[in-house]
Amino acid sequence: MDVLNVEYMLGLVPVLLRYLPLTLQLAGIGMVLALILACLFAVVRVLRIPVLNQLTIVFISFFRGTPLLVQLFLFYYGLPQLFSALTVIDGVTATVMGLTMHFSAYMAESIRAAIVGVDRSQTEAALSIGMTNGQLMRRIVLPQATRVALPTLMNYFIDMIKATSLAFTLGVTELMGATQKEAAGSFLYFEAFIVAAIMYWIVVELLSKLQNYLEIRLNKAYNR
Amino acid sequence: MIKLASLSKHFGKTVVLDGIDLTIEKGEIVVIIGPSGTGKSTLLRCINFLEQPTSGTMTVGDLTVDVNRASRADILAMRRQTAFVFQNYALFANKTALQNIAERLLVVDKWPKEKAYQRAREILEQIGLADKADAYPASMSGGQQQRVGIGRAMAAGAEVILFDEPTSSLDPEWVEEVLGLMKQLASERQTMMVVTHEMSFARDVADRVIFIDGGHIVEQGPPSEIFHNPKDPRTKDFLKKILATNPV
Repeated sequence: MDVLNVEYMLGLVPVLLRYLPLTLQLAGIGMVLALILACLFAVVRVLRIPVLNQLTIVFISFFRGTPLLVQLFLFYYGLPQLFSALTVIDGVTATVMGLTMHFSAYMAESIRAAIVGVDRSQTEAALSIGMTNGQLMRRIVLPQATRVALPTLMNYFIDMIKATSLAFTLGVTELMGATQKEAAGSFLYFEAFIVAAIMYWIVVELLSKLQNYLEIRLNKAYNR
Repeated sequence: MIKLASLSKHFGKTVVLDGIDLTIEKGEIVVIIGPSGTGKSTLLRCINFLEQPTSGTMTVGDLTVDVNRASRADILAMRRQTAFVFQNYALFANKTALQNIAERLLVVDKWPKEKAYQRAREILEQIGLADKADAYPASMSGGQQQRVGIGRAMAAGAEVILFDEPTSSLDPEWVEEVLGLMKQLASERQTMMVVTHEMSFARDVADRVIFIDGGHIVEQGPPSEIFHNPKDPRTKDFLKKILATNPV
């Protein structure tokens, strides 16, 4: 076995760090949009709003039932072929679209389960003082569901950060894309990819810390 | 004033309330008794529209609705006139005692924050829990939670407070403090409808006791009459059973 080229690895760190912000942006924007979409889907499903409910079921089924990579290729290569106006979709946009729709489908189901899990008496109490459905969702049910859903949602966020690496297949130079290029130039594949792996790992570890902090905060109301 | 006319509730083919006619004057304390599963709770829940009644009309204050034609706005208005105290307290788990009481004033009545919290603090004072303002329900005893539940109902300034077995979930040690608070409200002539198995409360506090069985009002009258001189054999039978385990 050859000795690891540690010097090369250390030199690679600042190079790859320049591409980390794009990775975080893809995941950050994807997560915010996916959360909004997932909350809407979940409410539609819980309240069984006609038509929208059926459309949501089909949407969730498709985006959970097909691989993310296939979805990304559909958005990036497929749609512009059908609609020439969509050739403006660049790799970054297609990635954000794909991540948003794919993960919103998963998250909608966890949020729905968390909403359904909130005790019925909470809804009745809110109705009894004259709240509207919107008010009781916003002020009573969703805050309580958030606490239940948080660990699962953080898991999806972690998954999404790693899934941004698929963007390199659409020609986006984020952390994975940059690593690929560096490795192809130096032929030091192991060194390059282990540096990238450690970077993803550190980001995810920091997120786990954030998760612990949020869980403690959200559990404040439930400690005896 | 509250007036129910031919109020009925069916669950599928089961008739739970069968044409209830009832008038309650402002300031009256009414206690509803009867065997389990005879529609006592359903009656209260219908008045608050937690259950959609099947037919009949209801008047609360200056609002009258035919339950079949009640619009969404009618139902909201009716709920806002009638406050509900739940058997299992049902405090908002994500809100403090103070927030539980202020919630309705803030969200439903759209009071400014300062005024709503000011009022909520006054109520906490009245229910003897001023020191629990920032406590969450999970950290309070059952008795304290139910007192906050009553405080939440008081904040509404509602025409009537509906109590659905308010002490049934409580450990015996907390029952007295909740009944005490209810007596205090009664002495202020807050209109109340109380479903309970606490016969001593009915005897000491009620202006009128209503015995319900099989979805009908079987008998009603002042407590002295109902407890000492019941007319209907079903009332006699029920009282005999309940007083044996729950003496007045």
